[in-house]
Amino acid sequence: MSFFEDPIKFLAGLLQDLLVSLNLHPIAITVINNIVGALIVSSVGLVIVIFLIWLERKLAARFQDRFGPNRAGPFGILQSFGDLSKLVLKEDVVPDAADKIPYNIAPILSIAAVVLVWAVVPFSVEWIGTDLNVGVLYIAAVGSFGILSVLMAGWASNNKYALLGAFRAVAQLISYEVPLIFALLIPVLLARSMGVNQIVGAQDIWYIFVVPVAFGIFFIASLAEIGRTPFDLLEAESEIVAGYHTEYSGMKFGMFMAGEFLHSLTLAVVTAALFLGGWRGPYVEQLPLLGPLYLFLKAGFVYFLIVWIRSSLPRIRIDHMLDITWKFLTPLSVVLLMAIALTDALLKEFGQINNTALYVGAMIAVNVVIALLALFAASRLNSRQRRQIKTFEPRPLAVPPKPAAPAAASTSEEASA
Amino acid sequence: MTPIQYFFLFTAGFTLLAALGVVTRRNVVHSALLLVVALFGVAVTFAILEAGFWAVFQVLVYIGAIAILMIFMVMLTRRNVADETYPEPFNDNMRLAFLAALLVFGGLALTIGGWDAARETMTVPLDYDALREFGRAMVSPDGYLVPFILVSVLLLAALVGAIYVAVLGNKSQEERE
Repeated sequence: MSFFEDPIKFLAGLLQDLLVSLNLHPIAITVINNIVGALIVSSVGLVIVIFLIWLERKLAARFQDRFGPNRAGPFGILQSFGDLSKLVLKEDVVPDAADKIPYNIAPILSIAAVVLVWAVVPFSVEWIGTDLNVGVLYIAAVGSFGILSVLMAGWASNNKYALLGAFRAVAQLISYEVPLIFALLIPVLLARSMGVNQIVGAQDIWYIFVVPVAFGIFFIASLAEIGRTPFDLLEAESEIVAGYHTEYSGMKFGMFMAGEFLHSLTLAVVTAALFLGGWRGPYVEQLPLLGPLYLFLKAGFVYFLIVWIRSSLPRIRIDHMLDITWKFLTPLSVVLLMAIALTDALLKEFGQINNTALYVGAMIAVNVVIALLALFAASRLNSRQRRQIKTFEPRPLAVPPKPAAPAAASTSEEASA
Repeated sequence: MTPIQYFFLFTAGFTLLAALGVVTRRNVVHSALLLVVALFGVAVTFAILEAGFWAVFQVLVYIGAIAILMIFMVMLTRRNVADETYPEPFNDNMRLAFLAALLVFGGLALTIGGWDAARETMTVPLDYDALREFGRAMVSPDGYLVPFILVSVLLLAALVGAIYVAVLGNKSQEERE
């Protein structure tokens, strides 16, 4: 086997031969192999994030008609290294009244929660950290450590703004986890497996074309999970300083920051794997090296969408943010899941499960109908709410005590409307 | 002993120490965080037993939902982190509680010890999908369909009850004002 056919297998073989030649115990060889594998998989994400920050700044600058970083190195690509050394060299300030142990564990947990997801990301036909048969659930479960880290950081800082930020963050993250998991279940249902690699393997037609509404729900919910604009209420700087990481400085802040960027990329990669066919593409079976290329091209597209939305939309208000998930996305995702399961069962009953054209057509039809119904219901609900706001009584404080009321009441009505 | 047994002992000791910390810490938030550690230890034990689904669900449900809600409640009721005036974690009922815990543990140990199925070994085919079998058992009438539906109804009742209490609470408050 040559290097270019399958470099990972080639290198793994070299390592295996080296360890065997050292006459180690077979269990020790397994342990060393697994540790090296885990190190490589987690480093991939952590190294990419350095360039990701540069890419994001460049893209955001272009959206705002600026140049972005352009001094350090060609196209400013060394800018991130400068930022990184600044963060490492900065003084590490720990507030006197902070709860020291949770305060110091929180940033580590924040980045670990994201790196853990890379264990189940399939890079190519056989390149996967560990092919868990419950991979999709694992992705959802690991996310809860991120919530925990936000909560720990906010509480241990002993700062009102940090605690407020943490409460907001947890309200947001827990709420958006519901539609996120329902949307995750739809590819599971279509692929009849919870393993991420099996889901990629089952996508002869990308699931974004089979269940576009599920992709939409997943994308919006994952935007909220990573706390990017329009859902960046957890660190709304005009309201609560910087949210849960107000008291952090130096590399501890850097770890929260890197965790956030890496989280965006990770969810982009997961989206690519679940809905955009993952590593699948022409000639990937002959040349596994193409797998990561296709995967990161697709993930890059999703990441571009995230940056695009971030630079285009304003932050939404907190009650609207919660309304979107509880009154729109959650019911929509539940109805969609049930409709897809029903369609699938009906097609199976009539023996048409292998008729790809009919299957995809039926699924798309169900999606379109549900999307139209949901939009119709949402617009009805919205207009009713607006009418309600217009019929508000003038507040008693605004009514003057003397009978000259009518004119004053009409102005106060305008003010409250 | 195989290495996996050493690892199991390490995890079990770790879990028990964390659980002991939950009841002995004076700071309630530290107790709640140690509870997360103990629950995670249980998840690792499931993983050692190759019950991946249960390990993942332990993290998703107990750490992701229940523990976070508990920490949330504790934080909302404490005013200041640096406030060192914590109440004594034990009161006079400690001995009774210890006795009750001992009785429950003894009962469980006796039941599981006298249960033959716990010691039986079973060879499964290589392509045995435990998750698939579990899902089938949950929805087949000869399996656990009836308990499964009963639990769902119970949870639904709890959900409706919670909403009713919340709405009623708001209404009576408005009436009082």
